[in-house]
Amino acid sequence: MTENAIDWRSDIYAALRTHNIQQVCHVPDAGHAALIRNCEADNGMTVVGLTTEEDGIGVLTGAWLGGTRGVLLMQSSGVGNTINALAMPNACRIPFVTIVSMRGEWGEFVPWQIPMGQATPDVFEAMGVTVLRAERAEDVRGTVDAAIKMAFDSNRQVAVLISQKIIGTKDFRAEERVL
Amino acid sequence: MSGTIDRAELVADILADRGDDLLVVCGLGSSTYDVAGVEDHPHNFYLWGAMGQALSVGLGIAIAQPEKRVLVVTGDGEMLMGLGSFSTAASVAARNLSVLVLDNGHYSETGGQPTHTSGRTSLAGVAQACGFTNTGEISASTEFASAKETLLNAEGPSLIVAKVAIKKYGAIVEPQTRKGHYIASRFRMATTGEGEAVLG
Repeated sequence: MTENAIDWRSDIYAALRTHNIQQVCHVPDAGHAALIRNCEADNGMTVVGLTTEEDGIGVLTGAWLGGTRGVLLMQSSGVGNTINALAMPNACRIPFVTIVSMRGEWGEFVPWQIPMGQATPDVFEAMGVTVLRAERAEDVRGTVDAAIKMAFDSNRQVAVLISQKIIGTKDFRAEERVL
Repeated sequence: MSGTIDRAELVADILADRGDDLLVVCGLGSSTYDVAGVEDHPHNFYLWGAMGQALSVGLGIAIAQPEKRVLVVTGDGEMLMGLGSFSTAASVAARNLSVLVLDNGHYSETGGQPTHTSGRTSLAGVAQACGFTNTGEISASTEFASAKETLLNAEGPSLIVAKVAIKKYGAIVEPQTRKGHYIASRFRMATTGEGEAVLG
């Protein structure tokens, strides 16, 4: 990272603050780690660690019913877990925003990450979720802003996909013993 | 194994004289019939799908409305699909959140197949091990009063498992309870004063 590099993780946090997001659900991912730490340190946010991603759909439905706004942070591999639960915000016309850190789409070294990573946009769209992609660090802030506005102004379900190009490709092989 | 408690009688007892600060979430299936059968109250939110999510919805409401009591009423099959949410609710330490499981040991909506609570699984045991503050099981109407006190007033998260008899339901609730957009909007307006009216 250069000195001038855009801090896209802080940009997401700033967007959550700007739009009065008060509940942050997550199944942790390295791509979201710094953002989760920022949210945990924020007294205005309740951070809910989930055991599986679909529970975030339930918690955020409850958040909206109770008069607050939330987002779900997850990795692309968790998107498949959410499929049937997405019927709820759809049938109830409840705003839903998720910010997904992508795996399996750019230089991926774990073959098991590739099927769900490749299927993520199709899975969301099949369930009626609008997909917005951020391919460059400088696009992240504007994309998250747009997703939150669309969701809460129009009672839509919107997913922001943060490209693996931005997050960086994880590769453990430098530390692995090659057999 | 199913029990002998009349589920509709229990739910009617718990919801009798309900206050304005009680918010109720029901799982899909018979628990929605039980709750809506007492009264289609604007502070009720009915799930007709998304099986396994009832407790998570209750948790989100409980965080958003800390001064109100949130009661989740659901069945053993629905709860078995969302076991992880016991752990999540306990970790958040949702003090105003209670769960009533109407446990008949069977999937009544799909042909009466036994659930794992007919075998070796205890939902009260799972919730306790996950860190719920209060957990208990009731099997007779003489225990309704103490269960009601726990569910409505104890510092939670709390869980009561009621061993209920198998009961056959027809289509006894108003069709509007299935219209999620209407029920959700009505609930939110009644709870927060915000939102737009949606026609049923």
